[in-house]
Amino acid sequence: MSAARQFPSEFVDRLIAGDWQAFNELVDQTSAGIYGLGLRMLGNAQDAEDMLQETFLKAHNALRGFEKRSSLYTWLYRIATNEALMMLRRRKSEFHFDSEPVTQEEAENGEEVVDWCCLPEKEFISEETRSELTRAAVKLSNAMRMVFLLRDVRGFSTRETAEILQVNEEVVKTRLVRARVKLRDELSGYFRERLQGQGNNG
Amino acid sequence: MGKRGHCKEHLRQFSDYIDGELAPDICAQLEAHLQECRDCQVVMNTLQKTIDLYQVAEGEETLPEGVRSRLFARLQIAQSTGKKPGE
Repeated sequence: MSAARQFPSEFVDRLIAGDWQAFNELVDQTSAGIYGLGLRMLGNAQDAEDMLQETFLKAHNALRGFEKRSSLYTWLYRIATNEALMMLRRRKSEFHFDSEPVTQEEAENGEEVVDWCCLPEKEFISEETRSELTRAAVKLSNAMRMVFLLRDVRGFSTRETAEILQVNEEVVKTRLVRARVKLRDELSGYFRERLQGQGNNG
Repeated sequence: MGKRGHCKEHLRQFSDYIDGELAPDICAQLEAHLQECRDCQVVMNTLQKTIDLYQVAEGEETLPEGVRSRLFARLQIAQSTGKKPGE
């Protein structure tokens, strides 16, 4: 799966040349996705909005230096992810907040395999489940959550994600596996209770 | 199969399988294993379902109007200084 967002070369040239109309179009086409990433990474609307504004102000200031070596889309997300991670680092130093994940071994320890795919569809689209998705994602380390959001939610390829985060592809793959497994483990705990509730109800 | 739960050594392969990135011979071996290991089948299915749930939840997201208008207001300040993007 790939985000497959490529802007026409002529559009990119207009941006580099300082065309405001093109820049506003870029904002309209990409801001919802970047804001969504901010919400998931930072956990609240105000920080997500700050991150969104800083991203586009920085993009606006740096566009002339854009060299077309990467796609404009991954370039923009590199600015956005840097901004989000910087805000998280500041927050960590302010509050001494430690969000390091449990290790794989800890997560797996004592696990009982539960098949929750068979639950009725309404279980998966409830508000409670949406809250659970957020709660589970918050438990990931920042690095793992970012990779999961870029790869599985935004649809960037491994190579694009590596480019955005300036790490090698193997790092992306390793973080993605750990994130997926950790999220599955968390959701399994939640849905196990839903299954038991169904059993008790008849 | 492990003594408890699914086979941990397959976790990386599950992930690569979902992404369609497994080499054909490894893929065939994994599929053969899945045929006979119920726990691994469940883990594979719930792993895929986990990803699907996040994608569905995110798909409904739009930019709130207030957020959009404040963003453009801030960008207009930059425009009004006479600077072109990139300057």
